[in-house]
Amino acid sequence: MSDATILREQWDDPVASGARLLSEGVDTSHKGILYLDGISVSFDGFKALNNLSLVIDAGELRCVIGPNGAGKTTMMDVITGKTQPDTGTAFFGQTIDLTRLSEPEIAGAGIGRKFQKPTVFEQHSVYENLELALKADKRVWPTLRSRLDGVARDRITATLETIKLVPQAGRLAGLLSHGQKQWLEIGMLLMQEPQLLLLDEPVAGMTDDETLRSAELFVSLAGSYTLIVVEHDMDFVERIAHKVTVLHEGSVLAEGSMDDIQRNEQVIEVFLGR
Amino acid sequence: MMGASFMPLAPVAGPRLLRLLSPGGWSFYVAAAAVLFVAFPILHLVVPADSALHLSDYWVTLIGKIMCYAIVALAMDLIWGYTGILSLGHGLFFALGGYAMGMYLMRSIGHEGVYQSDLPDFMVFLDWKKYPWYWSFTDHFWYAALLVVLIPGLLALVFGFFAFRSRIRGVYFSIITQALTYASMLLFFRNDTGFGGNNGFTDFKRILGFPIAAPQTRMALFAITGAALLGFLLFARWIVTSKLGRVLTAIRDAETRVMFSGYNPVYFKLFIWTVSAVICGIAGALYVPQVGIINPSEMSPANSIEIAIWTAVGGRGTLYGPVLGAAAVNLGKSWFTKAFPEYWLFALGLLFILVTLFLPRGLAGLLARRKTP
Ligand SMILES: Nc1ncnc2c1ncn2[C@@H]1O[C@H](COP(=O)(O)OP(=O)(O)OP(=O)(O)O)[C@@H](O)[C@H]1O
Ligand SMILES: [Mg+2]
Repeated sequence: MSDATILREQWDDPVASGARLLSEGVDTSHKGILYLDGISVSFDGFKALNNLSLVIDAGELRCVIGPNGAGKTTMMDVITGKTQPDTGTAFFGQTIDLTRLSEPEIAGAGIGRKFQKPTVFEQHSVYENLELALKADKRVWPTLRSRLDGVARDRITATLETIKLVPQAGRLAGLLSHGQKQWLEIGMLLMQEPQLLLLDEPVAGMTDDETLRSAELFVSLAGSYTLIVVEHDMDFVERIAHKVTVLHEGSVLAEGSMDDIQRNEQVIEVFLGR
Repeated sequence: MMGASFMPLAPVAGPRLLRLLSPGGWSFYVAAAAVLFVAFPILHLVVPADSALHLSDYWVTLIGKIMCYAIVALAMDLIWGYTGILSLGHGLFFALGGYAMGMYLMRSIGHEGVYQSDLPDFMVFLDWKKYPWYWSFTDHFWYAALLVVLIPGLLALVFGFFAFRSRIRGVYFSIITQALTYASMLLFFRNDTGFGGNNGFTDFKRILGFPIAAPQTRMALFAITGAALLGFLLFARWIVTSKLGRVLTAIRDAETRVMFSGYNPVYFKLFIWTVSAVICGIAGALYVPQVGIINPSEMSPANSIEIAIWTAVGGRGTLYGPVLGAAAVNLGKSWFTKAFPEYWLFALGLLFILVTLFLPRGLAGLLARRKTP
């Protein structure tokens, strides 16, 4: 049984996932979990996103590719509240208007994000990193009073196993290798129990073996989670992709299966044929 | 270089969740309490003054004062060492606590001032006939004690709310806090502000009915200050070993990750900032009756910078380090200002540069290196 399956089972366990189901505020009754419509973002006149529209279905694993500077990271900035779009709307499910929420509110609503440059708490141990990410009441007073209970400890242990960092649990995160930091950050996302995971170049700097295992993990998460994966590594994209979106100069150039994309003339011109 | 954790890592896979204090820490704690609450009172009050073992007034006042500074450094460590927010205005909170206590002490003088009036001498001098409204009830000790907590706390809460909500960070925040203490100093320098202008408050006679200069009173104030220091040390340790403490350090190291993990850093910063300010205010209130004076120079920008230097010298992010730092620098200062009074500020600046360059983890780092070579 792979770690991913263990994780799935644990997540699907009604007791363990009860809290998550209860607090699910996102209305996916129309299949879609994320709706971007006509989003534009400009930096000093330069349009990083240009009338971008995109719909992601609940449970989907969507790969987003595109040349450097295409606006992939900026798109994630808009979804997570880091950047306000100049125009356009961003909805999480049918009801949650992302442009009106702050970053922590969006995280609390169920969107987790892995940064392009791995971002973990370097002065905390691996274990503490996961503890901090753990889904919980994250206001000041409950945080001050918080104690790790058995359920939480089990969750952390299971995630440590999934991300293969059990031996490093007591290590400072700053001492991990680049690939291990990527894994830790993914583990932190899983601890948050988000509905939607945004993964910005999650396998950059990983060994082939680590990359392979990431692919397995992401594929296994699709279905119970929705994932948007930005990657430059085409082999990796090919391995996991059901549906691929190609971004170019801030808007969608093409969308479809990997085969469609690879045959698309425009895409070959701007991206694959470089 | 920022506050590397001084506790050893757990050897086995598992949480590196810290205890409140290690057994060694507790024994040190008990020893410190014994010295402060048993040895010092005996040496000061029981041992005759002509004995070599007698602890003189000079030392009681100096150590009492240094313990107040140590409390301030501890408060500074919470906000700077652990949360990464450098305040250059902590002297203001200290002074405000001191002034609140000073108001009570002024009113306790009664008719024994130079003009033998109901009002403090400086108000008679200004030809005021009655106390301004904000002096109301300050003749009640407990009301003044409440102000000691409320004034610095509310100021920090309001100022912090706007600063943190506007995402003012780093050196901008430091400069604004520096400006805040400077502006307050100018305000308190004015005679018509009603706090004694540049002379401030002094010539106190009694506190809670006890003569303020009596050895027993001094010793009691000394012991209360010692208890406050030990108590705040434990309280601060409790905060930094809680999950909230880990969030604070996470804000220091990767604030965006904290936000994307679902914590709103604004309220966490506001919490620790306000706690830190209140602790400073209490330190100021303990300082004034022991030193016998409070004036606006406590709000001078240089004073607040000195607090940051004690903390850096002691070692940020360790709690006990800044306590040591405050003690070491101020013992050095009291010797230095007697031997070479003109050169103290140069020496302090030099010390800061040397520590930054060669001892980034401060005295605490030096001690930790000793223990684990
Ligand atoms: N804060 C900013 N200020 C100015 N320009 C920006 C800012 N953020 C992004 N840009 C610009 O917007 C464009 C899109 O950037 P973005 O980071 O979204 O691209 P990307 O598709 O993620 O590229 P990469 O594959 O290199 O990560 C780039 O030209 C970038 O220089
Ligand atoms: Mg990018």
